[in-house]
Amino acid sequence: MASEQPAETFSPIFGRLTLDWIPIHEPILIGTFAGVALGGLIFLALMTYFKLWAPLWNNWVVSIDHKKIGIMYMVLGFIMMVRGFADALMMRGQQAMAAGGNEGWLPPHHYDQVFTAHGVIMIFFVAMPFVTGVMNYVMPLQIGARDVAFPFLNNFSFWMTVSGALLINVSLFIGEFARVGWLAFPPLSGANYSTGPGMDYYLWALQIAGVGTTLSGINLIATILKMRAPGMKMFDMPIFTWTALITNVLIVAAFPVLTATLALLTLDRYLGFHFFTNDFGGNAMMYVNLIWIWGHPEVYILIIPCFGIISEIVSTFSGKPIFGYRTMVWATACIMVLSFIVWLHHFFTMGSGASVNTFFGITTMIISVPTGVKIFNWLFTMYKGRVRLEVPMLWVIGFLVTFTIGGMTGVMLAIPPVDFQLHNTLFLIAHFHNVIIGGVVFAIYAGVTYWWPKAFGFQLDEKWGKRAFWGWFIGFYVAFMPLYALGLMGVTRRMNSYPDAGWQPYFIIAGIGALIILFGILSTFMCFAVSIMNRKKLACGNDPWDARTLEWATQSPPQQYNFPQELNVTGREAFWHMKKAGFKWSTDYAPIHMPKDTATGVVIAGIAFVFGFAMVWYIWWLAILTFVAMIAVGIAHTFNYHRDYYIPVDEVRQTEAKGALT
Amino acid sequence: MSTVTSSAGKSIVEPLADEPMHHARPTSGHETDHQHHSPTPIGFWIYLMSDCIIFGALFATYAVLGYSYAGGPAPIDLFEPGFVAMETALLLFSSVTFGLAMLQADKQKVDGALMWLGVTALFGIGFIAMEVYEFNHLIHLGAGPDRSAFLSAFFALVGTHGLHVTFGLVWLFTLMAQIKMHGLIPANMQRLGTLSMFWHFLDLIWIGVFSFVYLVRLV
Amino acid sequence: MADHTAHSHGTMGQLMIGFALAAILTIIPFYLIMAEVDLPRTTLIAWIMGLGAVQIIVHLVFFLHVNKSAEEGWTLSATIFSVVILVIVLAGSLWVMHNMNENMMPMHEMDQQIEQMKSLQSQQG
Repeated sequence: MASEQPAETFSPIFGRLTLDWIPIHEPILIGTFAGVALGGLIFLALMTYFKLWAPLWNNWVVSIDHKKIGIMYMVLGFIMMVRGFADALMMRGQQAMAAGGNEGWLPPHHYDQVFTAHGVIMIFFVAMPFVTGVMNYVMPLQIGARDVAFPFLNNFSFWMTVSGALLINVSLFIGEFARVGWLAFPPLSGANYSTGPGMDYYLWALQIAGVGTTLSGINLIATILKMRAPGMKMFDMPIFTWTALITNVLIVAAFPVLTATLALLTLDRYLGFHFFTNDFGGNAMMYVNLIWIWGHPEVYILIIPCFGIISEIVSTFSGKPIFGYRTMVWATACIMVLSFIVWLHHFFTMGSGASVNTFFGITTMIISVPTGVKIFNWLFTMYKGRVRLEVPMLWVIGFLVTFTIGGMTGVMLAIPPVDFQLHNTLFLIAHFHNVIIGGVVFAIYAGVTYWWPKAFGFQLDEKWGKRAFWGWFIGFYVAFMPLYALGLMGVTRRMNSYPDAGWQPYFIIAGIGALIILFGILSTFMCFAVSIMNRKKLACGNDPWDARTLEWATQSPPQQYNFPQELNVTGREAFWHMKKAGFKWSTDYAPIHMPKDTATGVVIAGIAFVFGFAMVWYIWWLAILTFVAMIAVGIAHTFNYHRDYYIPVDEVRQTEAKGALT
Repeated sequence: MSTVTSSAGKSIVEPLADEPMHHARPTSGHETDHQHHSPTPIGFWIYLMSDCIIFGALFATYAVLGYSYAGGPAPIDLFEPGFVAMETALLLFSSVTFGLAMLQADKQKVDGALMWLGVTALFGIGFIAMEVYEFNHLIHLGAGPDRSAFLSAFFALVGTHGLHVTFGLVWLFTLMAQIKMHGLIPANMQRLGTLSMFWHFLDLIWIGVFSFVYLVRLV
Repeated sequence: MADHTAHSHGTMGQLMIGFALAAILTIIPFYLIMAEVDLPRTTLIAWIMGLGAVQIIVHLVFFLHVNKSAEEGWTLSATIFSVVILVIVLAGSLWVMHNMNENMMPMHEMDQQIEQMKSLQSQQG
């Protein structure tokens, strides 16, 4: 992250990578690097000392068990959240200082990278792994399946996401990251204005992770369509499974547009094409148009599974079936289609004229209706229910309040004349953090607290769980309400410094809010640590919350085959009725057909990482070599026809005897 | 009223890996059941639909930028309808020969299937050769992708289709080798069916290309 | 098993009908262009696009065997949904970008218009 970019040189072996690109004169980065290196060394040493490498590889890395992959997605999300949140703290610090002539502590060159990295990481490598992880873990269990439709592909998708995340993190210490904002609008992101490797890190990280996201979307749709327990009709599926289906439909329909758009920008940058350039007929606004055709469905990709999580928890903790099951499904389906016809509200100011802006303003207001339907459904579910205010429910109530406020400021922004005032101001920043933190983060925390006992067999510590909630909840309001006010005053986003010292108090309050959120995040990790240490005391049965859906019918944690026997399901809330009918698993077992673990996914993803690195640095020989290698490994994999095995009856009996449903 | 029962004793035979593994037990009774429930056809179809949307974005780009010549050549200066007709014919023939290969495979005729797959590959190679020639020719005329936004959009769209066909050819040769090694076992039949979808899908995209990219612009 | 595969991979008859229809639907538009048939511009464009759309349906039905019953109807649903998204992406982009060009007039169009003005002036002069 050099403050001045090194001169462009090219060598056939190292491309444009030279030692000048290692940021040895940046104290912040050297400190970070030292921290990461030290932490990494301690980690490596501990892993070696406790001989954990083989178990990590055999039980996790090559595992194609959807539950383990789901957990790994969550781990990735939490790790990247720390990285993204560090960026947030740096920005808050900078803006709290840099008023009235003070330049703060981050020079523009560095600050621009920080806000770009923050946005990219939080959306692609925190929120996306979180929702994919929860869907991966919970959905197959809810439909009574043994695994997803394509388990190998699932493992591959995960490792591609990790490859993308790694590539972004490598940019910290080798070269630099993009300085263009999270969506990288050209011409700023084009070859003329973004020289150096930063923008290329952006492109290749997102393309590699995008492959994983699309494939995972296809996989989960096929799972829901084809792998449901016998008898489970579409309208018998739990709401969370419905939202998972619709989310993945959106992923499969929207992510190709992102792939194509980024590929076109890549062609502009690498081969001198003219899609988005200022000259030769290019049109930068076409990029803005295309990226938001993906971008708006993307925000629903993040929030719809969260609606599902909220639905499950509200229903369980109110002791009632979800109110308005069918309206819930149809509202979600409406959002699925409507989310594709609102994209222009992100750029009303582009100048498409009154008729276009009116159309998209109205569709945007319409899309808030099905969302409102859901809010009322949740409220009516709680109404006259025996609501148990445990930690997951606390998050749900925080979600309901905060998300509704965020949704309403969104409707304000949907009015084109208002948007002309507020476009690119901190009001917008406050709005989308209001829906992403108040919506996605709160719901994911609710989901993690809710399904943790299922995944690990013990509950999370309540005291630290509540501390995490209050840290996030209060911190959010303190951090973002001042931004609404600043936005109304006309403060634009992404400012490195500002002349008006009158704004500074608001930024300082926002900074304090970020510190309160820091307390929430630290409490989260304390909560995990304390709970793991007290796991004996916190141990719970298969169904600690008195829940209603199938994932609670099996052991906690579930065996690799999920259910000892195939279930025949009729009707909704299968597990609730099983409990009513005094269900017991039979002891008459049959061999269980399972897929074999494979290292192919992690190997191809690893090669993809090297390929991305080679492309970023113009190391053409390595890029060609790794590209061919990826295809060769993929083809070699297809020559293996022995990909499954049967778990014999005796083994099933033994594992079931250890912890059968009581 | 809902009821739930556990069907003990019933063996659970959902195909779980990315390709069902018939090879492991080629004669067992539930093979047909297996194939019927396989998630592969619908999974692959969903992949094709997502691919279709990639093409949709490229078509949209061509529609929007296709008139930005930047003072350079226009379609009427560059496109030869006769040449495109030839390419179209090659691709359409290859679609039909793939269909013939499938029919042979359904009758478990390995040699016939391989023969028609070979013919399909020849048509595919012919198509790719023509496209490479066309691109090369345009670049030599000074009408490369860096000349104008129109040409960028043209090369990106047609080139992406060409890359797909090339990938299809690699897959085709791989599968031919696998059929030679193992015969038309259920796993290979499944793969053949999947590749067949891919191949016909590429021909379908080409209809959009010759109509929208070439012919309409020659009116 | 035989019924099942015949169903999903089609029959010789289906293949040949599909081939014949596809060939006809390909030849007509090429003929319209190569023989320089004298029709109004918009009519020609409508014919070419219309025939292309019909041919896509022919390929879907006869080569890809998309129908109501395949995969419990999911294949057809997925196809229809994709078509909706494609229409939104194509028509939406054209509409949005056309309106922007009308209202904002990008530089290259401004240049073109200036050139047009100049050529008009020189013709008149």
